[in-house]
Amino acid sequence: MANKIPRVPVREQDPKVRATNFEEVCYGYNVEEAQLEASRCLNCKNPRCVAACPVSVKIPQFISEVAAGNFSRAAEIIAEDSSLPAVCGRVCPQETQCEGSCILGIKSEPVAIGKLERFVADWSRENGGVKPVVAPANGHKVAVIGSGPAGLACASDLAKLGYDVTIFEALHRAGGVLEYGIPEFRLPKDKVVAAEIASVKALGVKIETNVIAGRTITVDSLFDEEGFEAVFIGSGAGLPRFMNIPGEHYNGVFSANEFLTRNNLMKAYRTDYDTPIRTGDKVVVVGGGNVAMDAARTALRLGAETTIVYRRTEKELPARVEEVHHAKEEGIQFAMLTNPVEVLGDENGWVRAVRCIKMELGEPDESGRRSPVEVPGSEFEIETNTVIMSLGTSPNPLIAKTTAGLETTRRGCLVADENGATTRPGVFAGGDAVTGAATVILAMGAGRQAAAAIDRYIQSL
Amino acid sequence: MLTPIICRMKVEAPRLAAAAQPGQFLIVRADEQSERIPLTISDYDKENGTITIVTQKIGASTSEICAYEEGDSFADVVGPLGIPSDFTEMPAEELAGKKYVFIAGGVGTAPVYPQVKWLHERGVAVDVIIGAKTRDLVIYKEEMSAVCDNLYICTDDGSEGFHGLVTGMLEKLVNGEGKVYDQAVAIGPMIMMKFATLTCKKLNLPVIVSLNTLMVDGTGMCGACRVTVGGKVRFACVEGPEFDGYLVDFDEAMRRQRMYVTEEKDASEHHTCRIGRGR
Repeated sequence: MANKIPRVPVREQDPKVRATNFEEVCYGYNVEEAQLEASRCLNCKNPRCVAACPVSVKIPQFISEVAAGNFSRAAEIIAEDSSLPAVCGRVCPQETQCEGSCILGIKSEPVAIGKLERFVADWSRENGGVKPVVAPANGHKVAVIGSGPAGLACASDLAKLGYDVTIFEALHRAGGVLEYGIPEFRLPKDKVVAAEIASVKALGVKIETNVIAGRTITVDSLFDEEGFEAVFIGSGAGLPRFMNIPGEHYNGVFSANEFLTRNNLMKAYRTDYDTPIRTGDKVVVVGGGNVAMDAARTALRLGAETTIVYRRTEKELPARVEEVHHAKEEGIQFAMLTNPVEVLGDENGWVRAVRCIKMELGEPDESGRRSPVEVPGSEFEIETNTVIMSLGTSPNPLIAKTTAGLETTRRGCLVADENGATTRPGVFAGGDAVTGAATVILAMGAGRQAAAAIDRYIQSL
Repeated sequence: MLTPIICRMKVEAPRLAAAAQPGQFLIVRADEQSERIPLTISDYDKENGTITIVTQKIGASTSEICAYEEGDSFADVVGPLGIPSDFTEMPAEELAGKKYVFIAGGVGTAPVYPQVKWLHERGVAVDVIIGAKTRDLVIYKEEMSAVCDNLYICTDDGSEGFHGLVTGMLEKLVNGEGKVYDQAVAIGPMIMMKFATLTCKKLNLPVIVSLNTLMVDGTGMCGACRVTVGGKVRFACVEGPEFDGYLVDFDEAMRRQRMYVTEEKDASEHHTCRIGRGR
């Protein structure tokens, strides 16, 4: 029986070594490992994994090609549904999506779908890539705002259908969160991100960097002056949240966005760049999501003793299990059931400590999660030089404010239906700009839905 | 070069020039290894698609920019950023009767220019006070006098115009000469804006300040530019850069601005070394 083979472990950089460098943690499968792992797939008739994938990658089909050694065919199958397989294979939360619904997971371990996707994508890239399949040009122009996962997915699908697509990116590098947010050690920038973006460009998509929607151009100017017939807004999450506790603006308190952008986009970890970043000897990261793990593991690699402070228990950590596991292996301290109440500064206005309070879990709230309550009199101080707030983001108001007819929710997210249609005809939106901070793959899914809807919209004009 | 440490240049950036308005800024990156630095827009030419920027040598990246020769180019130029000045949104009739006074300090004189020019073109009465350490550091004197009603120069050492600070000049104009203003706008070093605000408060004159905070992306993502305004956290890049001076926590803003002083110094020293080795 195929499923008697245990899940093939993936090789990783030694935790002690990788805690001091920014090279990729996971080495990925080699050919033999990939084929052995692929042979575990039962090739279900009604594959639950496909239904659980936000972009519906034909998982059993590509895996059976891997098992048979037809890697290039496997890459073609994935490319039909995903424009960023090397990214998704690395950063998707497979345990709650495809792998989480794998039949094998009931009695033993699910097929390592993510690692196989990564293998296929990496193999394909190193062996010439997938030849782009593009319909003849149809003469219609579509603008995409933001070159993150939502924008890239939307642009790719439209380009394949023959549309003339231009992506406008505010920063100086394309990729959005893949470039500024997720660190090199999880997602190599030149090897993986740049290569995936190059393959999107190979479909004919144009990318203009340094263009800010709502400032340099507006949605209206795209329609009225530049002849676009539809606009997709995939502008991402936005403004970092803070706790609103005393001392939060002392020097040495950063948002995770700032800390990660300085390190990833601005490459502050590299000595050949004139871009600063500052950690001191000790860093406290507040929050429990993937972004908090990324910030903590970055601080650790920059040489700081790093502690994650989270108000619930480890069980409730929203971060992927693999990220938490890696963080622990690397030596990150976890202070659970702990919440900061004040940041303390020295006489020069620099952070010297965080005053925290112990928490305990109370009754479950409406969401079913047990909400943390303070333990009276349990305050204590954690000495630190830097505090990184990783508490999520609230939407950037720029595009909504400068575009007539775009409604937002009470929280400031763009209103869009399940096809990504906003309240203004011809304007579509998806990803974090609509949902608030979520995952790469959900943003890609939204980008694909919107691409299909944009196609229907333009064909109906 | 406007002074030994302040340089001015025209940059070709058609999309940016077409969209720019008074009060906005931009971000440049000198080369692949440089910081993104926010700079003020001191003029724009929509027809020729150019913008003018003025920058002062402070650290590694600004020194590199000031060493540019004609024909060189930035790795990146992005903008315009920030919300345009309040008056650009005001109805013409409301604006017509107003009297403005601009208080410009050092390199902050450059972003004052497009605001004064905009108001002057619309027939609004504008006086300008330019403050500098000494006469050689006064910039935009001729350009400014062409677009304002009265120009007052003050120098710390008395080498030109009023001997003293911009705040002293403002008090002299209002209390001594009986000038009446409806709105002040102060742009310059944080410390100057703080004291200009205190003086305006004393004179019961509303004042707008333009905050040159630290920034990374400049689009609202990083929060490095956060300032406390009226007790609330505001992001200078997307909610500013102009705020009501009365409400700004200047002491916090000044402290935050000094966050990377050591690193900047290191980077510029490091920089000199590399040039010495013929990089």
